[in-house]
Amino acid sequence: MKRSWSIDRKFWPLLITVSLFVLLYIYGIIQYRGFSSPQVFFNLLVDNAFLMITSIGMTFVILSGGIDLSVGAVIAFTGVLSAWLLNHFGLSPAIVIPLMLLMGVVFGATMGAIIEFFKVQPFIVTLAGMFFARGMSFVISTQAQTISDPFYRTIGLYRIHLWGKSFISANVVIVAIVLIAAIYLAHFTRFGRTVYAIGGNEQSALLMGLPVRRTKILIYTLNGFCSTLAGVVFSIYMLSGHGLYVSGLELDAIASVVIGGTQLTGGVGYVIGTVFGVLIQGLIQTIIMFQGTLSSWWTKIAVGALTLIFIGVQSIIYSSKRKRMASAQRVATATTTAPAAPATAGD
Amino acid sequence: MQTNELLVMQGIHKTFPGVHALAAVDFTLRAGEIHALMGENGAGKSTLIKVLTGVEHHDAGHILLNGSEINAKSPHHAQSLGISTVYQEVNLCTNLSVAENILLGREPRRAGSIDWGAMNARARELLTWLDVDVDVRRSVGEYPVAVQQMVAISRALDIDAKVLILDEPTSSLTTLETEKLFAVLRRLKEQGIGIIFITHFLNQVYAVADRITVLRNGKLVGTYDAKALPRYQLVELMIGRELEELEDLGGLKKHFEPAPGQAPVLEAKNLGQVGTLEPLNIKLYAGEVLGMAGLLGSGRTETANLLFGVDDADSGTLAVGGKVEPNPGPLASIQRGLGYCPEDRKADGVVGALTVRENIVLALQASRGWFNYLDPRKQTEIANKMIQMLQISTPGPEQLMKNLSGGNQQKVILARWLATEPDVLILDEPTRGIDVGTKAEIQKLVLSLANEGKGCIFISSELDEVLRTSHRVMIMRDRKLVAELQGEDMNEQSIMEAIAGTGVSTEDTAAAAPQHAVAAGSAR
Amino acid sequence: MNDNTGWWARLRRTGIFWPLVALSLVFLFNLIFSPQFFRLEIKDGHLFGSLVDVLNRGSPLMLVAIGMTAVIATAGVDLSVGAVIAISAATVTVLIGSVTGESQTPMWIAILAALGASLLAGAWNGLLVSRARIQPMVATLVLMVAGRGIAQLITNGQIITIYYEPFFFIGGGYLLGLPFPVFIVAGVFAFAWFMTRRTAIGLFIESVGTNASSSFHSGINEKNIKLVIYAFCGLCAGFAGLIISSNLKSADANNAGLQIELDGILAVVIGGTLMSGGRFSLAGSILGALLVQSVSTTIYSLGVPPEVVQVVKAVVVLTVVLLYSDVVKNGLDKLSQRQGVPS
Ligand SMILES: Nc1ncnc2c1ncn2[C@@H]1O[C@H](COP(=O)(O)OP(=O)(O)OP(=O)(O)O)[C@@H](O)[C@H]1O
Ligand SMILES: [Mg+2]
Repeated sequence: MKRSWSIDRKFWPLLITVSLFVLLYIYGIIQYRGFSSPQVFFNLLVDNAFLMITSIGMTFVILSGGIDLSVGAVIAFTGVLSAWLLNHFGLSPAIVIPLMLLMGVVFGATMGAIIEFFKVQPFIVTLAGMFFARGMSFVISTQAQTISDPFYRTIGLYRIHLWGKSFISANVVIVAIVLIAAIYLAHFTRFGRTVYAIGGNEQSALLMGLPVRRTKILIYTLNGFCSTLAGVVFSIYMLSGHGLYVSGLELDAIASVVIGGTQLTGGVGYVIGTVFGVLIQGLIQTIIMFQGTLSSWWTKIAVGALTLIFIGVQSIIYSSKRKRMASAQRVATATTTAPAAPATAGD
Repeated sequence: MQTNELLVMQGIHKTFPGVHALAAVDFTLRAGEIHALMGENGAGKSTLIKVLTGVEHHDAGHILLNGSEINAKSPHHAQSLGISTVYQEVNLCTNLSVAENILLGREPRRAGSIDWGAMNARARELLTWLDVDVDVRRSVGEYPVAVQQMVAISRALDIDAKVLILDEPTSSLTTLETEKLFAVLRRLKEQGIGIIFITHFLNQVYAVADRITVLRNGKLVGTYDAKALPRYQLVELMIGRELEELEDLGGLKKHFEPAPGQAPVLEAKNLGQVGTLEPLNIKLYAGEVLGMAGLLGSGRTETANLLFGVDDADSGTLAVGGKVEPNPGPLASIQRGLGYCPEDRKADGVVGALTVRENIVLALQASRGWFNYLDPRKQTEIANKMIQMLQISTPGPEQLMKNLSGGNQQKVILARWLATEPDVLILDEPTRGIDVGTKAEIQKLVLSLANEGKGCIFISSELDEVLRTSHRVMIMRDRKLVAELQGEDMNEQSIMEAIAGTGVSTEDTAAAAPQHAVAAGSAR
Repeated sequence: MNDNTGWWARLRRTGIFWPLVALSLVFLFNLIFSPQFFRLEIKDGHLFGSLVDVLNRGSPLMLVAIGMTAVIATAGVDLSVGAVIAISAATVTVLIGSVTGESQTPMWIAILAALGASLLAGAWNGLLVSRARIQPMVATLVLMVAGRGIAQLITNGQIITIYYEPFFFIGGGYLLGLPFPVFIVAGVFAFAWFMTRRTAIGLFIESVGTNASSSFHSGINEKNIKLVIYAFCGLCAGFAGLIISSNLKSADANNAGLQIELDGILAVVIGGTLMSGGRFSLAGSILGALLVQSVSTTIYSLGVPPEVVQVVKAVVVLTVVLLYSDVVKNGLDKLSQRQGVPS
């Protein structure tokens, strides 16, 4: 009798995120003229491509119970460094892009190794990583640098036309590939399942003989890769690099993951939820833009309030789930066991 | 003799801050034997296992597997060496499915990606060995501890191992489930696997073990053939004292009859909570020990939670010392003279990062409030008194709670409640995972508290223990109070009958259990 | 195992040993590379010098660190302190107003209002964490994002500059030769120390931070503890907001206390309190805050370009935190045992 219920429950936070997105979207369409144009939706994808990529990486980190504050700074640094390499050394994008991705891998792996081998809290290590990456961006250049490389410009301005007048950018295709790869990774590989296990209970995962250390290092490596990939996508989108760009982006990424239904304590959540988390934040901005008269700080208040509402609902679900689980447990135990009367030396 | 020595541990030393947990311990395991590791709480059994499996690292000594030296760096490494382990506390990832918990790290794969169908099928197969019927796709956290323990065991059984280690695997299992486990163990033994088995249940040791190694205070006492070592002698080896002292409850248990006109110290009328506990009536008199028997999940813990105000009742009243208070909560309950040792020690009792002293004074301080701070000197005094009284084995009151062995943690929690000098003490499974010596001490303690005029509610899965200590027994079944027995009527047979439902004898219950298990599995 | 009673051993076991070591390292660096760091002068009866500067400039951070310590000890975190600083600064400046030489509201009312608003903001966090059971990082993220919006609402989106002398004393005045903010820090610290070490609150915080369920079963009102602690943390941020706005003689809702939450958390961790909660050390956090501030001051006084500050900070943070890690500590323990260092 409870069967259908409980299977749904696992997906509830996800469902709520998706419905919230749909509701907001409908609200926008009803309220504002021009909102119903498909391009409004596609712009959400185009404008938030880099945020999606980095948030997907962040999802793995958070699923494992960790956190990575360095992503925004790494994105900015990637932009600055690639602009510098392209402009000053005339390096080809065929070298610069792989180099950037390699840098992300090394950067992430280093942070992961420090976290794991020295048992330092991820919050602190990645905070240091953030300071480092931001600082290095300014060391390279204190000014914004325009990227004039023809390849970057072509890709950046290229439009993939869909039906009607709507279009997406090449970056959106990259997001799609990353998303599919991430879902596969999370649900069909040992690495992915170990991430969930570590987030569920790290001590248990260790005692179960899972390769906890290796996996944790890999998680930060993966996220380093994702953030430099996001950085590349971002520099293609902006066609410039500056150390001041995307400050505080790490919080947007974390918020997206959380709004997407992933628990910050780890172990529970889905990659696809994160995508909707990003879309919801983008939608709020779009709505406020369409509204026109509200000052920009209202965005902050709205995002804050929405996160709150969402988290509130989510925590209600989780707590009622826990209660329900407890009672299910009672029912189950009441019938499983036969009397236990193991005698001890006492008798 | 020497030929089939599978695993040899020589001169193992391990120290923790302030504790010499293992001192020059030797241990050998032969292929195709079940070797029981015995000892009191804190003797060093789990530590020996942890050293062997790479959770901890020994300070000195050698470990040889099949004649060549090994040094496991992590449980992962130990597994790859062929050592498979079920650790003492159930260690699973409750957010993952049953199947995953069994097969994580060894998932069947097709073309590099996890084959979920094959995985679920394999998990189901493994669980049928132990006659557990659950939906392997549901998350393991939704199942009771007994099922979780079975899942942990299945996981260890599936690993292709030369050495299988089980650290108190049966603490939450029923006789029947234990039997099934033993059948599997015997089968594995035939296949030449060496099995190390740790338990505090002596019957179980004699049921399966070929040899017994006894540890005491981190030192090796000796290794013996199970057949050649009588029970009482084993106990004496473990505790290093004569058994007689233990057996005797010192005439503490006297017949109890409330004095005429004596008001109950605790009285519940129609106390219940929809869905968890049907309304019940309880009367407890000062000086009485009221036992509570029943299966895991029969409503015993729920009753205790309502009595202590952990959960709010939605019907009935609870009077302590004649005074009724609606929805008191733990704090108010302490202040009206209740104390409660919860069942799940690790989750609801232990505060690991604090010292033994702080753990002991915690409830007392809570009842005094935020600003009425106990002088640290006074705290130490109380802690020392309790450590002495309960013979808690710790280097001192400033040792961290998390460094104590399981049994000693339990004693500290008991001490926490004794320090509040309660009128009524509710003990939920206070002797689980506790060695024989300590167990007898706790039983004595309960009775002497009663003799001092306190009321006690004593919840336990072990019938003989309930019988030894209680003046009266309440029996719970299916979240209902089904019987109350005292005097002549109170014996093992009658309690079993009440637990199982009227008229069913013990054998029938056992036979009927598999069907129940099926029913449980389908209650998904 | 061997004698654990020497002063060295005793010092090492106290919580503040490692923060002290870390701070000494920074001072040592200064001693070698910029000795003028230690020069102290008395001008007009006031003490001047880099050390005094560290104390003065570091006071908002120290205040934040005190509140943050308590929050982190309950296994929480407060990301909103920067936003609360902005709210406090906005409130006090709006109430004082930008008329030269006078205050539109009596100054003490303006100050109380700012502190009240901060306390309220903290209590709001506390309610979300304790009653709505929202994870602290998320709960305080809400106010972190929305709080600056609220501060902007208060100032109506403008940077308000004030011209009221008496208010400047809070951030810039001197008492007994020392900057006045130091006394605010000392007062708040003394209060926090007394409340946590001379009442049961400290024990309860550590207990709740280690295992909330066990604490609840032992009769500790875990919810109220958290509520009070978050409120207190808000109050600390409020004081910091007063100092900052008085120093800058203005309130900038966007930038007041920007990223101070990160420095605050850093100070707490350097001070030896674990982010997973439980044991905490207020003195350690103060030392941590001083360390963070000395690093910045040192870098500036060395004439290093400001862009590099963050890189240096990253390196210092990492070094310090690695120094603390069990791996290094155990290595040192072994070393000192082998060499028979007085232990
Ligand atoms: N991590 C640790 N740090 C400090 N002391 C520890 C640690 N782990 C165990 N000990 C101590 O080592 C001793 C042996 O503990 P161990 O867990 O091996 O006992 P045990 O024989 O398994 O007891 P039980 O039957 O209660 O499980 C105990 O005194 C315990 O307090
Ligand atoms: Mg043990």
